[in-house]
Amino acid sequence: MLVAEGLTKRFGGLLAVSDASVTVAKGAIVGLIGPNGAGKTTLFAMIAGFHRPDAGRVTFQGEDITGLAPEEICRRGLVRTFQLVQPFAGLTVRENIAIGAHLRHPGRTAALEAAERVAERVGLGAELTKPAADLTIAGRKRLELARALATEPTLILLDEVMAGLNPTEIAEIIPVVQGIRAGGVTVLLIEHVMQAVMSLAEDVFVLNQGRMIAHGAPADLVRDPQVIEAYLGHGAAERLAGAHG
Amino acid sequence: MSRALGWLMLAAALAIPQVSGSSAWLTFWITTLLFAYLGQAWNVLAGYGGQFSFGHAAFFGTGAYIAAILQVRYGVNPWIAGLGGVAGGGIVGAAIGWVSFRYGLRGSYFALVTLAFAEVFRVLANAVAITGGGQGLLIPLKPGVEHFQFVDRASFYYLLVALVVSGVLIARWLEASRFGAWLVAVRENEDAARALGIRVFRVKLAAIALSAAMAGTAGVVYAQLFLYLDAGVAYGGHVSVEALLGPIVGGLGTALGPVVGAILLHGLGEAAKGVVGATPGLNLVLYGVVLVIMLRFLPNGVVGWLKRWGQR
Amino acid sequence: MELLLPAVLNGLTTGAIYAVVALGLTLIYGVLHIVNFAHGSLLMLALYAVYFLHAATGIDPYAALPILAVGFFALGYVIQRLVVQPVSHGKDQNILMATLGIAIVIDNGALALWSSNTRTIDLPYAFDVVEVLGAFIPLPKAIGFFAALGIAGVLWIAIQRTDLGRAIRAVAKERQGARLVGIRVEHIYAMCFGLGTACVAAAACLLLPTFYVTPQVGYAFVLVAFTTVVLGGMGSFPGALVGGLLLGVVEAVAGLYLGESLGQIGIFVIFILVLLFRPTGLFGAKAA
Repeated sequence: MLVAEGLTKRFGGLLAVSDASVTVAKGAIVGLIGPNGAGKTTLFAMIAGFHRPDAGRVTFQGEDITGLAPEEICRRGLVRTFQLVQPFAGLTVRENIAIGAHLRHPGRTAALEAAERVAERVGLGAELTKPAADLTIAGRKRLELARALATEPTLILLDEVMAGLNPTEIAEIIPVVQGIRAGGVTVLLIEHVMQAVMSLAEDVFVLNQGRMIAHGAPADLVRDPQVIEAYLGHGAAERLAGAHG
Repeated sequence: MSRALGWLMLAAALAIPQVSGSSAWLTFWITTLLFAYLGQAWNVLAGYGGQFSFGHAAFFGTGAYIAAILQVRYGVNPWIAGLGGVAGGGIVGAAIGWVSFRYGLRGSYFALVTLAFAEVFRVLANAVAITGGGQGLLIPLKPGVEHFQFVDRASFYYLLVALVVSGVLIARWLEASRFGAWLVAVRENEDAARALGIRVFRVKLAAIALSAAMAGTAGVVYAQLFLYLDAGVAYGGHVSVEALLGPIVGGLGTALGPVVGAILLHGLGEAAKGVVGATPGLNLVLYGVVLVIMLRFLPNGVVGWLKRWGQR
Repeated sequence: MELLLPAVLNGLTTGAIYAVVALGLTLIYGVLHIVNFAHGSLLMLALYAVYFLHAATGIDPYAALPILAVGFFALGYVIQRLVVQPVSHGKDQNILMATLGIAIVIDNGALALWSSNTRTIDLPYAFDVVEVLGAFIPLPKAIGFFAALGIAGVLWIAIQRTDLGRAIRAVAKERQGARLVGIRVEHIYAMCFGLGTACVAAAACLLLPTFYVTPQVGYAFVLVAFTTVVLGGMGSFPGALVGGLLLGVVEAVAGLYLGESLGQIGIFVIFILVLLFRPTGLFGAKAA
């Protein structure tokens, strides 16, 4: 469904992402992990059209979308959320979600109804009339998710929807993400919370210092020395192996 | 709540000519309503769209000059000339919007560039022959509905009531339509709007064209009302200032705010005239003071404050 | 050709004063990240202050410079602390609107109090000239030129070398960080507003001997100052200086060949083009 090949992005002298490739199959939940500053968000931004890649190609449902504007990509069914949530602070929860819903529902009533249905799905049904600015962090994360879902995408890119949440809130949001996939939307998610990725994703890519260093099933990756080193530092894999052996 | 306020105001508006038929009384209401409508034009772009223009005189003046020039120099029927003025205002707005938004101007930069365009138009209108230059342009007196001139003030007054109602309806439409929802999304957060598939540039362009066509309409009506234009009247800085004062005082991004604001400000200006006499500039001093006080204590304007109070 | 040199020299003398006005504007922009729409009105107010001070006491405008600079510094400080700051509610638009409100009050207050008559002062040396490279320049313009450069130099040293200057630069770069290291950010805002307003007072003292004052005079200047600041890069000190001198020359030379009113349009056209194509200015300071 999504094929990104050889994506590269430079900011001045800094190589943020170098020759990174990702493939996402229809109906999957795919994870993208990596330590801080690995270039995950930059990679997302290139796929969703917020940054133009210096090299590489993005193909979505067989169509080359490299360099298209984010709004055009969203109209084709690929939507992203922001790690730093960007609610329309002056509007209520319902109005926020309705703005996403308007993409497929021109009528105001239809959009508001669609917004309410989406709100139920992410667990915001009780807070429809609240100003978005009054939501808790967890509430804002759900709103970010709801707004994106309301555009009725076929692929959703989730940028750290669990960052900043406590363990209970994380446990609550995991079934929501599973529900999104069950509803027919493919998911690509960036996550810091390893455990969450392991329980959600069937396929995981690992990015480190702008390069894709590993790809595979979660269970295999936790044994991959390169991945362990990337997360825990140089020599960690050896030490861990020694401790176990 | 605000719907009730709207009907109340409309009823009051229709009663005003019954209170007194005097020319001064009606002229006061006519100018107040004209600026209420101009304020609504500004409100469409700034209140709903978040783009603060300091140069709405560019659209107002263009509408006024096109209407006047078409009828005076080319003998076009004033109603058709007026339509030309409305379209001209909208086209100038779209053109200025196209260049400004294409190059990503926002905030102070957008305010500055609109101000500069209005100034360029003022200097040009003062210099070229077709506008009558420094002497201005006089529309010959030809009373009659077919000439867009009315013998009695009351007819003009009702025309302005209709215009203001149409402005409020445009704002209400924004509050209940997809275009309006998109416009508000652009005001709140452009990046988030784009991520949700909103074509930000087009939305802003449509908003400035609509806003400018409305400002052009106000200019056309002004020309027909006073039958005289010069560069300072049409493109002067006070026009741009009047356009933004009413909505801020009355309530940015609310349908009735510009109307309430214009009535408050002009009422205050008139009261001050009664107390200390007609000193030029005095009403604007008061407007400026009211603007700052409102920003300090009621940043959501009168209608915004009423709405919050009504929700409690 | 023999007209060109005097035009360029004249343009430089006007441009130096534009530069001082623009320095004040850019100082406020650099720190508050907001265009001060009251800047031109404050210049007009300062011109009236010079005029009335001269009329009442006969004091020479140049001698009045220190007095007015201090007085307007205090005025600017108070405006920021008592009007702009409380009105902002953390929104840039509100500051923009507040400065516009102040401009409306000052402009129309001047009109109501002093009418729209044009006022000038008579000085014994107003028509003295000095010879520069074979061209004759009015003495007050020559004084204005060197005094303006001197003011710019003093301000530059103050920003670069004093504790206040360091604090200003810190707040301009990183306001949260500056707050964390104990800089009183609100105080620095007000100091910048004060210094910017003092620049305007100094410019007024240098300007009035060869100029006039009306309630509308600030309007023309503020657009030139905006242009200068945008041209030089918002918040850039050398940009404002070079931009001011450049605009003075452009205006004088364009006026020579195209006539006065078209020369004025030239400035606006430059302004719009720079805003559209290079809003970061020729010196590339960061755009907001």
